Amino acid sequence: MKKFISGNEAVVEGALIAGCTFYAGYPITPSSEIASHLSVRLPQIGGKFIQMEDEIGSLAACIGASLCGHKVMTATSGPGLSLMLENVGMAIMAEVPCVIVDVQRGGPSTGLATKVGQGDMQQVRWGSHGGYPIIAMTPSTIEEVVKFTIEAFNLAEIYRVPVFVMTDKVIAQLREDVDLDSLQNYPITNRKIAGSSEEFLPYRAETVTDVPAMSPFGGPHLVRASSTTHDQHGRPTSDPEKIAFKNERLFRKIQDNSDSICQYQSDLMPEAEALVVSFGISARSSLQAVAEARAAGKKVNFLKLLTFWPFPDKAVQDAARGVKKVIVPELNWGQAAVEVERVLGSQIDVIRINKTNGLIIQPEEILEKL
Amino acid sequence: MAKLKDLALKPERLTGGHRLCPGCGVPHVARLALRCTDDHLVVGASTGCLEVSTTIYPYSAWKCSFIHNAFENVAATVSGVEAAYRALKKRGAVKENFKFIAFGGDGGTYDIGLQSLSGAMERGHNMVYICYDNEAYQNTGNQRSSSTPMGSNTTTTPVGSESYGRVGKRKDLTAIMAAHHIPYVAQAGAHNWKDLSRKFERALEVEGPAFINVLTPCVPGWKYDGKNTINISRLAAETCFWPSYEIDHGKWKLNFFPKEKKPVEEFLKTQGRFRHLFRPESRHVIDLLQQEVDEYWERLLFLCGKSDKAPQAAK
Repeated sequence: MKKFISGNEAVVEGALIAGCTFYAGYPITPSSEIASHLSVRLPQIGGKFIQMEDEIGSLAACIGASLCGHKVMTATSGPGLSLMLENVGMAIMAEVPCVIVDVQRGGPSTGLATKVGQGDMQQVRWGSHGGYPIIAMTPSTIEEVVKFTIEAFNLAEIYRVPVFVMTDKVIAQLREDVDLDSLQNYPITNRKIAGSSEEFLPYRAETVTDVPAMSPFGGPHLVRASSTTHDQHGRPTSDPEKIAFKNERLFRKIQDNSDSICQYQSDLMPEAEALVVSFGISARSSLQAVAEARAAGKKVNFLKLLTFWPFPDKAVQDAARGVKKVIVPELNWGQAAVEVERVLGSQIDVIRINKTNGLIIQPEEILEKL
Repeated sequence: MAKLKDLALKPERLTGGHRLCPGCGVPHVARLALRCTDDHLVVGASTGCLEVSTTIYPYSAWKCSFIHNAFENVAATVSGVEAAYRALKKRGAVKENFKFIAFGGDGGTYDIGLQSLSGAMERGHNMVYICYDNEAYQNTGNQRSSSTPMGSNTTTTPVGSESYGRVGKRKDLTAIMAAHHIPYVAQAGAHNWKDLSRKFERALEVEGPAFINVLTPCVPGWKYDGKNTINISRLAAETCFWPSYEIDHGKWKLNFFPKEKKPVEEFLKTQGRFRHLFRPESRHVIDLLQQEVDEYWERLLFLCGKSDKAPQAAK
């Protein structure tokens, strides 16, 4: 049966299908409905909802609960995301699976609490200090919000990392029909758990792409998790070889698997002269613009990014083959465009369509450039 | 102490036309505070009802220097302003006298802003922090805060067959501030202009930090008819749900002693957020709340020298 649900409700449905049993959060517009719905739904399935004193506490509590074996999520918007960043680094270093939903609003700072933006895309990539790879999803339909929330949980569990679901104010409140029944059987992946009889090392890895098996606090093993650079026992280390191994592994467990992580929709046509690359709410305007341009006889490729990080370099190269210009509409000052420019070099003209006035990009504004 | 007539004649520094709800307990408290000094003012407001509703594009209701900062750091922001002012004043770059007021709601004060507030009070900045406590995150739609009373129905402590709303006791922020041993700490209600204005005047006059916690009923969050704001605030005092007291240079003083202490039910029954407590199966929650109020009141009487009975450890 189809249900007419909003983007924020879709996050809740996706999380519950994925097996989320723990949510810690803090009120912030336009994400608060995710918390209020889960405050009802989680206790019904024996899960736990807690409201924290701020967003720093929210992600910290999620990290703690994840180490106890829960599948965890928090949701926020720009100002809250800024407060969470230190704990994003903590989850990266301690290798703790968690899902962070960022319902983007206009920024910077308090910015536009009730208006749309897409200005956090580079912040999630680079916001916590020290350098690390990240996974971030950018759904643009309500069904995709459900699916990619589930995907976010799967990837968090597979790679022991924080994974971002990047929606925005418009998608959060937009309603569409979603067949939730058919999504109940969506493939779910759980973290690798160490056998109870084997000798356990919390960060056991043979190769630089290994993801160590976990063992929950309270289980058969002594577990040490640490935000300090550590060896395979979870003990702080200053041995350059061990440091290098750990840091290379944090990087390569994601980087070497980029191809299987990256998802996108590529709609290409022979002899295309232009390409539109977009994501999230701006991809919806782009889709309309591309359809109208094609109806007018223009040959246009369209690439919708569903995984923003790792950035799908190869998909962009393929979609841009032979085109004369690439148009990148987004609600910021070019956070996707800089990636497209990096991938394509200087041979192809990259045209930016940027808007930060709290409104979405209209299809006509894209059509003008095609 | 200023008379009402004199206060009314003072210039309005928070003008009408703002978008706070009809019947909201906050704006007259803020306006009164701004009337309690003739000095120039710098006001800081953390994100919350007061800030959002008084600064809606393209307007501002504030007729004094005004800073809206992030959610968690109004006390720190105003600390910086006050410290800079003192430096400027010392070298004669500023001639006139300024006062500094920070406003925060209970979310921005009890929860996310507590660290910033504690730091500012401990460092000793000459500022007044006013918490307008409407007992939940009302700006974002009534999520519970650590000031939300037991049994209250909020969007993150929803009432249902297995839940009676918020579980556990409120945080005693006024006592936490008293534990900072700053010159002046007070608690008051939105209904009593006399008590409020005396406290604001005292807070603005003492040298060093002052903190005032004001209960400000919220029409949509507490769910009542907007004409009852003052009555509900008064009932909070008469039931001892929200006692009026102050700690002036370490001396605790009770400012309102009800002739007849009303049962807390009298306060609860005026508001939709507690409606479910009047189901027979929720009676024990009202009893628990009454017990919380009684224990707090007894402790307060002892601290204020009104009783010899040392308070028992909280159950």
